[in-house]
Amino acid sequence: MAATPSPHLPDHPAHLWRNPDPKPAYDVVIVGGGGHGLATAYYLAKNHGITNVAVLERGWLAGGNMARNTAIIRSNYLWDESAAIYEHSLKLWEELPAELDYDILFSQRGVMNLAHSLGDVRAGQRRVSANRLNGLDGEWLEPDDIARICPIVNLSSDVRYPVLGATFQPRGGIAKHDHVAWAYARAADALGVDLIQGCEVTGIDVADGRAVGVQTSRGPISAGRVAIVAAGHASLVAAMAGVALPLQSHPLQALVSELLEPIHPTVVMSNAVHVYVSQAHKGELVMGAGIDSYNSYAQRGSFHVIEHQLAAALELFPIFARAHVLRTWAGIVDVAPDASPIIGPTPVDELFVNCGWGTGGFKATPASGWVMAATLATGEPQELARPYALERFTTGALIDEHGAAGVAH
Amino acid sequence: MSGTRAPSDGRIDRNRPLSFTFDGRAMTGFAGDTLASALMANGVDVIGRGIYTGRPRGIVAAGVEEPNAIVQVERADGVSEPSLRATTVELEEGLRVQSLAGRGRLESPGDAVDAGRFDARYAHCDVLVVGGGPAGLAAALAAGRSGARTILVDADTELGGTLLGTRDELDREPALDWVRAAAGELAALPETTILLRATAIAYHDHQDILVAERRPDARTEGRLWHIRAGQVVLATGAHERLIVFADNDRPGIMLASAALTYLHRYGVVPGQRAVIYTTNDSTRTAAAELTEAGIEIVDVVDSRDGRAVSGSEGGDRLEAVVVDGERRGCDLLLVSGGWNPVVHLFSQSRGSLRWDDGLATYLPERAVQATHVAGSANGVFDLDGCLREGAAVGARAAAEAGFGDGRPPVMPAADGGTAIGRVAPIWFVPAPEGETAEARMFVDLERDATVADIRRATGAGLASIEHIKRYTTIGTAGDQGKTSGVVASAVAAALLGQEPGALGVPTFRAPYVPISFAFIAGRDRGALSDPIRTTSIQPWHVAHGAVFEDVGQWKRPRFFPRAGESMDAAVLRECAAARTSVGVMDASTLGKIDLQGPDAGDFLDRVYTNGFAKLKVGSCRYGVMCRVDGMVFDDGVTSRLADDRFHMTTTTGNAAPVLDHLEEWLQTEWPELRVRATSVTEQWATVAVVGPRSRDVLAVLAPELDVSADGFPFMTWRESVVAGLPARVFRISFSGELAYEINVSTWHGLAMWEEVMAAGERFGITPYGTEAMHVLRAEKGYPIIGQETDGTVTPQDLGMEWVVSKTKPFIGSRSHRRAENRRPDRKQLVALLPLNPDALIPEGNQLVAAGTDLGSRPVPMIGHVTSSYRSAFLGRTFALALVRGGRERHGEAIVAPLADGTTIEAWITDPVVVDPDNARRDG
Amino acid sequence: MLLITCPHCGPRDEVEFRYGGQAGVASPADPEALDDATWARYVFFRDNPKGPFAERWVHAAGCRRWFDAVRDTVTNQFLDPEPRR
Ligand SMILES: Cc1cc2nc3c(=O)[nH]c(=O)nc-3n(C[C@H](O)[C@H](O)[C@H](O)COP(=O)(O)OP(=O)(O)OC[C@H]3O[C@@H](n4cnc5c(N)ncnc54)[C@H](O)[C@@H]3O)c2cc1C
Ligand SMILES: [Zn+2]
Repeated sequence: MAATPSPHLPDHPAHLWRNPDPKPAYDVVIVGGGGHGLATAYYLAKNHGITNVAVLERGWLAGGNMARNTAIIRSNYLWDESAAIYEHSLKLWEELPAELDYDILFSQRGVMNLAHSLGDVRAGQRRVSANRLNGLDGEWLEPDDIARICPIVNLSSDVRYPVLGATFQPRGGIAKHDHVAWAYARAADALGVDLIQGCEVTGIDVADGRAVGVQTSRGPISAGRVAIVAAGHASLVAAMAGVALPLQSHPLQALVSELLEPIHPTVVMSNAVHVYVSQAHKGELVMGAGIDSYNSYAQRGSFHVIEHQLAAALELFPIFARAHVLRTWAGIVDVAPDASPIIGPTPVDELFVNCGWGTGGFKATPASGWVMAATLATGEPQELARPYALERFTTGALIDEHGAAGVAH
Repeated sequence: MSGTRAPSDGRIDRNRPLSFTFDGRAMTGFAGDTLASALMANGVDVIGRGIYTGRPRGIVAAGVEEPNAIVQVERADGVSEPSLRATTVELEEGLRVQSLAGRGRLESPGDAVDAGRFDARYAHCDVLVVGGGPAGLAAALAAGRSGARTILVDADTELGGTLLGTRDELDREPALDWVRAAAGELAALPETTILLRATAIAYHDHQDILVAERRPDARTEGRLWHIRAGQVVLATGAHERLIVFADNDRPGIMLASAALTYLHRYGVVPGQRAVIYTTNDSTRTAAAELTEAGIEIVDVVDSRDGRAVSGSEGGDRLEAVVVDGERRGCDLLLVSGGWNPVVHLFSQSRGSLRWDDGLATYLPERAVQATHVAGSANGVFDLDGCLREGAAVGARAAAEAGFGDGRPPVMPAADGGTAIGRVAPIWFVPAPEGETAEARMFVDLERDATVADIRRATGAGLASIEHIKRYTTIGTAGDQGKTSGVVASAVAAALLGQEPGALGVPTFRAPYVPISFAFIAGRDRGALSDPIRTTSIQPWHVAHGAVFEDVGQWKRPRFFPRAGESMDAAVLRECAAARTSVGVMDASTLGKIDLQGPDAGDFLDRVYTNGFAKLKVGSCRYGVMCRVDGMVFDDGVTSRLADDRFHMTTTTGNAAPVLDHLEEWLQTEWPELRVRATSVTEQWATVAVVGPRSRDVLAVLAPELDVSADGFPFMTWRESVVAGLPARVFRISFSGELAYEINVSTWHGLAMWEEVMAAGERFGITPYGTEAMHVLRAEKGYPIIGQETDGTVTPQDLGMEWVVSKTKPFIGSRSHRRAENRRPDRKQLVALLPLNPDALIPEGNQLVAAGTDLGSRPVPMIGHVTSSYRSAFLGRTFALALVRGGRERHGEAIVAPLADGTTIEAWITDPVVVDPDNARRDG
Repeated sequence: MLLITCPHCGPRDEVEFRYGGQAGVASPADPEALDDATWARYVFFRDNPKGPFAERWVHAAGCRRWFDAVRDTVTNQFLDPEPRR
């Protein structure tokens, strides 16, 4: 159901959340009030009845990557482990607007990944074949099909890297990131979770190899279990408990155009030339780039990345030539060596992590929260999370969505 | 009444009329007009509509801060640009302008692709001055005179800034006389550059400033300057802001300074009967100036007297305002709600801001980079002060860059220049009818957002300005809240019971003004979007009808079809030629690295999985490289040229990464090794002569060379003269056939190719491309890096234990002993022979065990096809695949479920399906 | 775009360089002596500090030499004006 963009956004609810002061102790303390932290809190309360929970956010709720991503949702990942968790997520997305009673502008307009070389074609067909056998709606598109679905893609053969085909997932699409975060926040708050903003975790209290609480800019808080769901800052928070994570934090940039009449009906990604673009509900083109090479916590990247991104975009979409860049920005993404998340227990008892979602964790928000909540509730990795354990770097059982699948986001 | 053109006055050229259309109506303006001033002079009131409310909207401002007059502009050449601010569009002959209701339109000029020619320029300077108003001019004069390399940029078509729209005087002469003199002096300074129509749009780390320069009369439309500035002076001025009251959005309500600018600069009388509504002294002379232009002043409402405008009436044009409960008929309301220094670039540079109570706005506080702020951007609002601060800051910036003594030059004196004094802000004027009117109190006109929206946001529990911005969308439009940001923050603070400066403003993001994709993309489009690499033999390939494939940046012939021949037929023919007679392939794109130094052998032992130190001079060896994680990184044949010299080849795509890898390890881990690695990919052209008759071809070309099987054995190389050209000939084979790779200087590549073709003619020598190459090597089970491997495959997985040393460490060797690497069910390389010899399994297709239930999902997969071809030699199809525990499954059946629901069943075999005993490679 | 000072060539635009991550991570002298966890640490784990970070760059489109620099990962300022070779 491809929603036609309209400049009108639905009204937000008249009440979102309380702004409570922190209590001295909680059963579960979640460090990080991004999408994943909020979803974790919601499912803890809803699925497991655990409501004595605090989400501690150092800034404003969902002001990190959750406020900065390009909101692409899909589940057509290559590896079985990835397909399983992202498809669980997509199924949750399909229920979410009703479940949370919030118009999150979830629009299943399809996501297309373009192939520009024979190698891309081979990799794309490999992924589609796996998707289908995994029960996902993966399709392979020939150029004619691309033209039918997205007529503005430049399919001529005299571009530098002609489009040879594409993978397509019709159930993929976009949602409105803020709405999603606020929907989870409102629902978690309503179930009794304390959402505490302006509360930076500065230390983790560990006694006898066990996490017992956190130090924060708003005072110490005891905790039965501590969950680090801090995306770009996860390795810093984990280090407070002496836990090393194989993560590197990089800027990832994006930009948005002015509002335009509907012209781009789907989501198009091209990993080969590092650009991905959709037209959001109000009509703005939302476009992301590749990550900046260097480690950074600066929430800004280098401009040549944007220049490259726009040049690539115009190769694919010449009609965008006169659209305007209104704003550019960056988030700080936490990238693991295999570009897959790290979910589960740590060497410190009662300390859990959920991080490493890198450039592609928005789409995972529901499932990430779901599996993390189950993991926190039981102390054991939830089934879908099990392959994502920290130990995989020791055993070598990586889930390499980098080299093999070669698709970001 | 609407705007009209004054009989005289203004800086327009009344001798150069320009015609244009607005929503189809023909109009004229003059050179020197902006689109906005021309529209106003033509009596246009309504230029757009509110995006959500549909309410009529007119011109509010005279510059980039305009929130309403946003239009679609089609130029005479057919290029149509959406969402332009009429206040920043220079009027041109033949513009076709259309009003918009909040959203622009993307259109291609006819069928043509909009090439949008823009350039990029890179410049360095000691002092960059942004803004050519009084403060910026003074700063530029100070810096320029010191001898510092100075660049002055201004977004406008001429220097002078606000002085262009006022009647200020300096030393009792018109201030613009001084501007002209200053501009003349700057233009004459040898180290000073002035860029007009040039907007600084971004201030990044490390003093990296982007300036977008429009060039209406040049061959390119604009230039994006990347300026690395030693010191930066921001003299970016200030934007006046509106006052929020009920129905404050009617056409005819405009910023006071803008109204005066239209009057003085463009000779446009913006209305007939005016009310002035102010909070500060900047409007002091406005009444007199308007009166002089024949405008009747109905009232001057000053917040400092406790007076307020609380509402307005009218339709498409203002008809009256409500002042202290009384209706005042007027068609023009001049508003000055205070001034917002343009701190966008300062903030982008990471400078901090502070709230100033006296000016009721945010001012620059502390710079982080080499950034200086002068003039009203710094909260200085009198002309005298701006000049003095500009001069002082310019001199200081120059001194910090190492020029001059830092003493400011003397500036002329301003008499009675406008100061704003203390601002008595009113964030919103309560309406008599109460909160219901808040839905008509517009804070962000471009986003149609109101006080009611802010009240809802704070009521919902939001207390952060970033949340409020997102909830209300205030400040997210093209003007990025230039007129609305501070107001929205203060309104929200008021509703939360906090002080006006308590919430701050949302982060200022680049670009300062919207800039088109084409402007930023510049020339890096089409053929220039990425370099195209071709070999020296390319002209022959083109002349002979090759079909090309992109391999990285290279264009490689994929196959050479004959007239009317399909790809399949061509590839079968090419393969057959190589297996039965002789084929020839351009292998010049293979990476080639010259390794020199006494430790080169030792070094290779460390980077390859197998040993090279003991390789004999004159010999060649196949090697595999891994990354530290043990996964295959690259492969190729490396030959020993001398005791201390090797010639390494890499895959085409990995030539640069392999060189990087070698240099990294040499420099950072093993600096004690005396080895130098040099790319020679571009220096050598490689002609691979392949097939049973290849020896005959070489014998003809190199009569002195002993080409016998014993005289020139497999995996050796010879220096020789071939076809009269100095050459290195390698007897190596990527096809399993007798083969020679003739390397000559790139200059001679084409000549050598033609000689080979001539010598091979009587054997029916057949050129072949990458596709046939892939088939030939696959028949031999040779993997292609990036096709059989994907970063998760080890040499052992490829069945190459034989190439992995058990006795020496190499990069990645330790990883091979991890638990995961020892699993018997790793995916291993096998070949597949479809039961139906005509069935071709699609490359990439997943594989399932025979007998797997395909009815329910997920279906367990045990591997995938990496390569799949028709073999001319076998007369059937075959494939390579990675299959779980594949080596133990030789002889078993496996199933490929296809997208169309059918399946192809195949036998699993050893990956070598042609000539497993290597009988063919000696010819 | 960052301005990076190559110790051999001087300050140059970032696009001339390639990033090399954390500096000073020596490859283990005897990998075989390490257990899997220790080896994994070398292969996959790198510091990721907020603040000063000793990192490596290579002047790929220049002299092609590797060097170390200390950069603050929050401000992007290079703290060591003369990077080490
Ligand atoms: C430009 C960009 C584009 C992207 N595009 C996509 C896309 O199209 N599709 C997709 O699936 N994904 C995308 N992503 C990735 C996605 O945004 C992230 O993977 C995901 O948002 C991460 O989870 P999160 O929402 O919990 O993170 P965040 O929103 O970053 O939440 C982490 C929170 O932890 C808080 N925190 C950190 N340290 C502390 C501390 N010490 N104490 C308290 N709180 C702390 C932070 O302030 C932050 O709010 C994109 C990311 C970026 C930057
Ligand atoms: Zn250098």
